[in-house]
Amino acid sequence: MSSTSAATASGRSAWDGGTSPMGASYGKLMMWFFLLSDAFTFSALLITYGLVRSAHGVYEGTVEAFTFSPEYWPIPEKVFEAIPFFHGLEAPLVFVGIMTFILIMSSVTMVLAVEAGHRMDRVAVEKWMLWTIVGGLAFLGCQAWEWSHFIHGNGLPGGGANLVHNQYGPPDFADFFFFITGFHGFHVFSGVCFNFLIYYNTVTGVYQRRGHYEMIEKVGLYWHFVDLVWVFVFTFFYLV
Amino acid sequence: MTHTEEIEIPVAPPDKAKIKKLWMTALYMLLITIVEFIVAFTVPHEYKDARVWIFITMTIVKAAYIVGEFMHLRYESKVLLWSILIPTIFIIWMLTAFIYEGMAISTVR
Repeated sequence: MSSTSAATASGRSAWDGGTSPMGASYGKLMMWFFLLSDAFTFSALLITYGLVRSAHGVYEGTVEAFTFSPEYWPIPEKVFEAIPFFHGLEAPLVFVGIMTFILIMSSVTMVLAVEAGHRMDRVAVEKWMLWTIVGGLAFLGCQAWEWSHFIHGNGLPGGGANLVHNQYGPPDFADFFFFITGFHGFHVFSGVCFNFLIYYNTVTGVYQRRGHYEMIEKVGLYWHFVDLVWVFVFTFFYLV
Repeated sequence: MTHTEEIEIPVAPPDKAKIKKLWMTALYMLLITIVEFIVAFTVPHEYKDARVWIFITMTIVKAAYIVGEFMHLRYESKVLLWSILIPTIFIIWMLTAFIYEGMAISTVR
């Protein structure tokens, strides 16, 4: 690291104080370490899902002949196959695909807001933050629909799911669905709140007066992390 | 309301190359997701292991794009990069141990 060694006197290392050896501010570093700890929490949830799933029976027949049973773990594409406004249409995983698309797009708009912040371009930050908030709200709306559909199921007696009983397979399956997507959804919700906060501060000129838009960068890290977690939830809950 | 004094800091022009790179990253991620969908519906469920490994590989590629490009970790100092990446060894260990344990439980049953 030539840049840091140039700033320190000879005989002293970058870690002797007076410089930032990691080249990042305190707030940004702490956000990184918080996200690392959050990654452990989400991994614990997803890995426990893997453990419980591998401890359950495996469906042996063909995919076409598949029926829900508490005896074995369901095939996810048979559970998540509905989309809003098209009642009765079998469209496996299409809706989750749309949700993934929304979250990836809102991640791009977030990183564009960060880029605009580096240039002190307040108008562009406002524009991209607004799109990011819209993306976040759209995702939450989709998840609300997904949950409602999962809970109500086919509407028949014994249909749908709650924490002790579900029509799709072993009760553990519904429990993990609620806990994993719920915990992720809560992260999205708090992310939208933070996004709104920094959008408000941008509009009122707080960061302009402060002279930098680093807050956008810090909240941006959090928002990208939420997208990162979804990538894993998508794979391990819906695809595998 | 009184007009508060605003500090005028010049707005730099957009970095076209950087913005294009960000959009390309998003495009790659969408393409990977589409490929995942194609795999999900063309590779039969009988090839369970192949499906799982394809999905895991693609997930890791997507994760690398998010962390490296969007979260900018690739361009941070090496000390920061490794202090974030090395602790994830614990996740890999936990995954290995728990899946192994889960398979043992299913044999006992």
